[in-house]
Parts: sequence; structure tokens; C-alpha cells
Amino acid sequence: MTPQDFSTVLPEVVLALFAMGALMFGVYTSKDKVAPLISWATAGLFLALALWIGAGGEGERAAFGGMFIDDPFARFAKVTILISAAAVLIMSQDYMIRRDLLRFEYPILLALAVVGMMMMVSAGDLMALYLGLELQSLALYVVAAIRRDSVKSTEAGLKYFVLGALSSGILLYGASLTYGYAGTTLFSGILSTLEEGAPLGLLFGLVFMVAGLAFKISAAPFHMWTPDVYEGAPTPVTAFFATAPKVAAMALLARLSWDAFGAIPGDWSQVLAALAVVSMFLGALAAIGQRDIKRLMAYSSIAHMGYALVGLASGTAEGVQAMLVYMAIYVTMNVGTFAFILSMERDGRPVTSIDSLNSFAKAEPLKALAMLVLMFSLAGVPPMVGFFGKFYVLKAAVDADMAWLALAGAVASVIGAYYYLRIVFFMYFGKEADGMESRMAPAQWAMLVAVAVIMVAGIVNLFGIEPAAAIAAEALVR
Amino acid sequence: MDNLLSIITFIPAVAAAILALFLRGDDAAAQRNAKWLALLATTATFLLSLFVLAGFDPADTGFQFVEEYDWILGLKYKMGVDGISVLFVMLTTFLMPLTIAACWDVEHRVKEYMIAFLLLETLMLGVFCALDLVLFYLFFEAGLIPMFLIIGIWGGKERIYAAFKFFLYTFLGSVLMLVAMIAMYMDAGTTDIPSLLAHNFGSEDMQVLGIHVVGGLQTLLWLAFFASFAVKMPMWPVHTWLPDAHVQAPTAGSVVLAAILLKMGGYGFLRFSLPMFPVASDLLAPLVLWMSAIAIVYTSLVALAQQDMKKLIAYSSVAHMGYVTMGIFSANQQGVDGAIFQMLSHGFISGALFLCVGVIYDRMHTREIDAYGGLVNRMPAYALIFMFFTMANVGLPGTSGFIGEFLTLMGVFQVNTWVAAIATTGVILSAAYALWLYRRVVMGELIKEALKSITDMTRREKAIFAPLVAMTLLLGVYPALVTDIIGPSVEALVTDYQAAIPADAGDTQLANN
Repeated sequence: MTPQDFSTVLPEVVLALFAMGALMFGVYTSKDKVAPLISWATAGLFLALALWIGAGGEGERAAFGGMFIDDPFARFAKVTILISAAAVLIMSQDYMIRRDLLRFEYPILLALAVVGMMMMVSAGDLMALYLGLELQSLALYVVAAIRRDSVKSTEAGLKYFVLGALSSGILLYGASLTYGYAGTTLFSGILSTLEEGAPLGLLFGLVFMVAGLAFKISAAPFHMWTPDVYEGAPTPVTAFFATAPKVAAMALLARLSWDAFGAIPGDWSQVLAALAVVSMFLGALAAIGQRDIKRLMAYSSIAHMGYALVGLASGTAEGVQAMLVYMAIYVTMNVGTFAFILSMERDGRPVTSIDSLNSFAKAEPLKALAMLVLMFSLAGVPPMVGFFGKFYVLKAAVDADMAWLALAGAVASVIGAYYYLRIVFFMYFGKEADGMESRMAPAQWAMLVAVAVIMVAGIVNLFGIEPAAAIAAEALVR
Repeated sequence: MDNLLSIITFIPAVAAAILALFLRGDDAAAQRNAKWLALLATTATFLLSLFVLAGFDPADTGFQFVEEYDWILGLKYKMGVDGISVLFVMLTTFLMPLTIAACWDVEHRVKEYMIAFLLLETLMLGVFCALDLVLFYLFFEAGLIPMFLIIGIWGGKERIYAAFKFFLYTFLGSVLMLVAMIAMYMDAGTTDIPSLLAHNFGSEDMQVLGIHVVGGLQTLLWLAFFASFAVKMPMWPVHTWLPDAHVQAPTAGSVVLAAILLKMGGYGFLRFSLPMFPVASDLLAPLVLWMSAIAIVYTSLVALAQQDMKKLIAYSSVAHMGYVTMGIFSANQQGVDGAIFQMLSHGFISGALFLCVGVIYDRMHTREIDAYGGLVNRMPAYALIFMFFTMANVGLPGTSGFIGEFLTLMGVFQVNTWVAAIATTGVILSAAYALWLYRRVVMGELIKEALKSITDMTRREKAIFAPLVAMTLLLGVYPALVTDIIGPSVEALVTDYQAAIPADAGDTQLANN
């Protein structure tokens, strides 16, 4: 390991050391009493790292013989992951404290998960890929079951673990096939093998690995765990699941597709297009019958992953850019929506059923308005920013001569609009019933309102993420 | 002023923002302030839009008052008006203050109501002014949100069903248009509408998924746009959302819906379908003409059977929009002139008719025709105004309704005599349902107990109708007011269109699709 290597992975090292240090600190001091402190420190470190990675770093560096890549693509994904993780951590603080859930391990586990995600998006080798993925997943399995005395939460954790292990197995199987046929685990090595011709074994390896990653991004038909885990896990954990890990897995998929299999975009783009279509329609249709807002958001995220996959499936730099923009917008919308879901309660107990939103707009016009903006944004109705996300990916698809995919996306978005509208419907037109209160900590309120404002104000120039995403996409697709 | 169009477009939005942010409370004073601010903003918009009309040069067939700024994704924020759109802008700014005045008696969530209407005005003006494809789509789509809320919150008993139906129907049409817009961008490399108007989209036959498509790309794009505009218009057989939406919407919502929102479909045909895809338009014109003819006759018959006043007028709207689509796709000077004229005139007349229903609905809280009868005994002024607009709706010479119907029929007669003949029966049918409605509601003895104490129109109500009566009469006796402005632009449109379609156009016209 040269000093050069070390400086490339410095942000990850800092975060990992922090997590271990915080663990020691927590164990040897007063345990859960320091939890809020650790929580704030972790969030602060996330933001500082985001600033560091976002502001510093030019061009492309590889460390450890190409196993770890630091390029604009990785930086874009890392900044998105870090900011969303910090946002979720900050806004769930109040909820965790009031429900007596804030163990000091929680922020530490999230920090470790984020280290894993940062490794994932920087992976340049199958080993590094798997290491990052497992570090992330193991931390998340534990977090899903953090409410030990709740049957649902433990069930969610177990389900997530079993299915996650299965998907890891599938991924590993694909990785071993790929290694067998390419003779190397380095992405660059796989790429040069493919440039001389694509043996069938490599294609099988590709398909297995894509299937394994599809589990992680919860793309249909590998989505089964998503609704149950979303519903069972405590809401802050669900909020976290819906944001940062999705970005990481999607970025990893993009990296694998381009860095390792970039020579045969035609082959994986078919697979991804199929996943995209199934996800979009399944997400849209299955969400219609949901009565629980967390399950609904699970199906919503499945559908949104479908749209992001449309971008990736285009097989162009523009597609990757569209995917990145889409993910950034998706994450922002979900942070706002979950900030609201976290605050939903009745008599001090959290509620998640959609009917409890009945005539909420009368009680709290401002919050209802913010949610209205978010729901229309999620549905992709202009002028909200969510529309531009959809517009980008559909445009990328048409550009890549996949108009049918864009058409499918367009139709699915109409079906999807229905269930977002239903939430608006309950809030604004619902009958007077025993509604719910929305008790918001200042952080949640700020998050919800800020996101709603972003969704409307972003129409001016999308806050400049578009050129950043373009640079990132060009770094990946050469 | 360089940014006049933007200023006009966004004044209502700014007023809405002021209402949303600074107006607190829901007491009588706050409600009054909300109404006055909304009225002030819409009136200011109208007065400013007069400058556009005054500064507009009809002889110039290009876009005027153009403003252009860079935007994301290589898109442009570009606004401008030409002879086709300028009068729709005027129609919108003219009707909005009247609409606001018409909902003076609303008591339920007044502030939000005003905000919704103000936002809606911004979005409608944006649609007519936008000169960038995506900007157009943005305004076009976003209009669904306030309308969805207006129907859903302030509507009648079945409002939820109607709101959802309205939203999903129009949304489906629009997203298909979005895909087509992206395809256009790929083909032409720009989303700038003036450049797209000059671009020739491919019309060579092609194979799509094994189906032979005559007219190629143009046909596909045309169909996608048609899906959106036909729903918006609405054309038979996708008109079924309209009666539901109208019946459930509050009076002011119905007025905006009928008078302005529907015109977006017609405007879309004129802005996109006809000039950008002339070959496809030519190819599919017979289809549209026959659909229009069916719409006119069928919906007029359906209107005859209605028990609900608003539903009756809604069906009559569909029939009148049939004349519009017919006129547009006859693609000659009279037809297109007539279509635009008919849209403007229908804006005044249908708006006024819905207001007429609103007047008695406010008093009796029912729209059932059977609940009324003999109103003339207690409400002479109302009877007079209702009579006037009933006649205008029928198309009595001297009112603007006549000019629109006559011009469109004249236009279509030159292209397809049979369609013209069938459509003409619609004039008779419209007389039947409109006069029958009038007889059942206004004429006869006043025998219903509940109606014995009904009061005539207030001064405010009369003041709302006065400008509408004036415009209907003015356009009826002096149509050149409109045709002078739209004439040159329409002429350019028609000339370009005729030049673009293949020489053997006559044959394809006959070969019905």
C-alpha cells in the first residue's frame, strides 16, 4: 500500500475509524446516554465528508492496483449517499428518542453501512464489490431488527437477512463464473477479455450478478422482501433503506455494467430494460391496493427503481446521467416524504395507515401543502422536479432508440399517479374522521418544507446537479 | 416592456404566493381580502394584456413579444404570441376576473380557492404563450393540479370520482404526448416551437413492430398528440370525463373548464398537429371529420335526454367542440378561422351558460331541471339573459355563435360535403335541446312552492353578465374584429399546410382511414 493509495481511500478510512472509535466511546462511557451525541457527530461527519469529496478531488485516481476507483462518478454517488444518510439520521433523531429506540449502536451501524456503500460505488474489482456490498448489508440487517422486542421488526430483519444472503449467493455465483472465464477479478481485466469476444460463461456470470444486484435495488421480480421490510422496520430505518442504499446499489450496477461489461452494452441493456418494465408496472399496480403508507412507499420505490433502470438500460452516457439525476431527485423526494411519515401519530403512537390522513389539510394546511407538492412530484407531474427526473430518463431511452421503453414508462406513470393522488385525496377531500396528529421535531419540519421548496424551485436549474451528473456519466462511459 | 408576456403570465402566480404566504386566518375579513386581491390581480392581468393586443401587429405572421432565456437540459424559456394564440391569451385574461367575481359567495376555504384559480390562470396563459415544447408541456400538465383540487375540494357530491377521472384521463393523453415530444426533439434536435414549425418531419412509410405505418413518423407523432388533445377537447368517444367533471365542479370551475381549458385542445391542434404534421393531418383528417360529425349529432341527442342542467350544457359543449375540430381539420381559411372564432365565442357563451346555472343553483342548490319552472315570473332579468345565451348557443344570427358555426360548416363543406350535411343537423338539434331546457326552466306557470320566494339577479351578477353579453353581440355583428387579427396567421398556416401535403391529396382524402 503506497501513500498514494492511502490518500485515495482517506474518506472511507476516516469514516471507518470514526465508527470504531465511536463504538469504543459508547461502550466505555454511558452507552445509550451518549447516543444523541454520537448521532449528531455521525451526521456531522457525513456532511463534512460530503463537502470534502464534493469540493476536493479532480479527475480520476485508482488505488490498490485498480481495486478502488475514485472518479467523478463515484464522487457524485458518494455525495448523494452521504447527504441523504445525514438527512435521514438528523430527522429520525426525535422519533428514535421518543420511542426509546435510540441505541448508541444505531448511528454507528449506519456509519459502517455508509462505508460499505462508498466502497461499492468505488469498486473496481469483484472482491471490492463484494466486500462493500456485504459490509453495507450486514449493517443493514442488524438495523432492520433494531427494535428487538417487536415481532414485526425482527421478522423484517430476518426476512431481509435470508433474502439478502440468497441474493449475495447468487451474486457470488455470478462473480465466480465471471472469474472463471475472464481469469481475473479486476473490472478492467474483464473488460479487456470481453473486447476479444464474449464467452457464454461470462454472459451467465453477468446475468447472475445483475440478478443479485436487482435484489439490492429491489427491482421486480426480485422485490419480494421490500414491502415487508419497509413495513416491519422502524420508520427511520425504512427511511434509510429507501434512500442511500438504493443509490449505492444502483451506482454499483452502473459501474459493473460499464466498467466490467462496457464492451457488450447490448447484452445487459436488454436485461435491464426487462427489469425496468416489470418494476415500473409492478410498482404502479401493486401500490394501488395498499392501505399502509410504508408499504405504499415500498412499491413506489420499486417503480422508481424501474425508471432509474430505464436510464441505465439506454446504454449511453446520457442514460447514466439521467439515472444519476433521477436517483438524486428520488432520494430528495423520499427524504421529504419520510420526514412526514415519521411525524404521523395518534395519541402518541405512530400510525401508518393511509386513511388516518383524512382531512389532514384542514388541521395542518402547510404540511399538507408540502406533502401535496411531494406527491405530485413523485407522480412526475410538472412543474415539480420529479417530472424532470422522468423526463430525463424517458429522453435517454428515446435517444437510444428504445421508444417502446419510454412509452411503457409513460403509461406506467399514469397508473402510478393514481396512488399518489389517493394520498392527496385523503388529505384534502377525505371525510372528517378521527384523524392523526403530526408531531414534528424542528428538523423534520425543516426537512419536509425544504424538500417541498426544492421540488418547486428546482425547476429553475435543478440546482446544478445536471452538469455534475454529466461529468460523472462521462467518467464512467468512455 | 420586453417581458410583457412573462409579466402577464406570472402576475396571478405572484398574487397566489402572496395569498399563501402572507394572508393569515380564515375569518370574514381575511376572506374578503383574498377575494379582492384575486380580483385585483386578474384585473391587472387583463389590463396589461390589452397592451399586448394594442401592440400586436396582425400583418406579421411570425411570433411577437418574444422573450428567450436559457434553461436546464438545453431547453429554453421562450414565450411569444402570434395571431393564433394572442386571442386565447385575451380570452383567458378577460374571463378570469369575471370568474373570480362569480365565486364571491364561496365560503368554504376561500383563500385556497383563490390560490387555485390564480395558479390556474398562470398555467393557462403559459400554455398559450409558451414557445418551447417542454415549457408548453409543463404548463399544459401542471394545469391539472389546480383543476383536480378545485373539483375535488369544492365540487358536488360525486366530486372524488370526477376529480380522479378528470386527472387520469387527461394525464394519460398527456404522457403519450410527452414521449412524442421527446421523439420530435430527437428528430429535429430542438424543442423550439418556431424551429419545429419549419422542420420537416419524416413522412415516408415505415414498419413499426411489424405494422405498416402510412405517413411514417408524422403519423405516429400525430397520433400521440391527438391522444392528448382529443381528450382535452374533448372529442367523441373520449369525452366522457367532461360531463362528470362539469357536474361536480363548482360554478367557477365549470366556467374555466368550458371556456378556457377545453380550448387548449383546439389550440394544440392548431399549433402542433396541423402545421407540424401536415401529411399525417391530411391522411387522418377524414377520421377526425367523421368523429366530429358523430360527436355533434350523438352528443346533441344525449343532451336532449339530460335531467341535470350542467350535464346538458356539458354535452352541448362537446357538440360545439365538434364544430371546432371539424373546422380545424378542413384546413382551409374559412374552416380554421371559424374554428378559432367558435372557440372564442364558445368561451363567452358556455361560460355564461354555466354562470346562468350557477345563479339559480346558488339560490335553490339543485341542478335538476324538474325542480324548476316558471322562473320568468320571479326573475325577469334572469330570464332575459338566459334567453340571450340560449339563443347564442343555438347559433342565432347576430350572436357570435352563428359566425363560428357558419364558418366551420362552410370550411368543411368544401372538403367533405357529407360531413357538412350531417353536422348541420346539429344546429337543429342544438336548438331543440337548448330551447327545451329554456322552456322547462324559465317558462310556464310558477307552481313549485320552493320557487315562490326566489329572487332575481343581484347587481353583482348582472355586472358579471354584462361584458359577456357585450362580447357575444359585438363578435356576432362585427366578426372582423377577430378575423382581422387571426386572418394573416391562419392564411400562412393554411398556405404552408397545402404546400406540404402531397399533390395527390384529393385521393387520400377520399380513401377513408
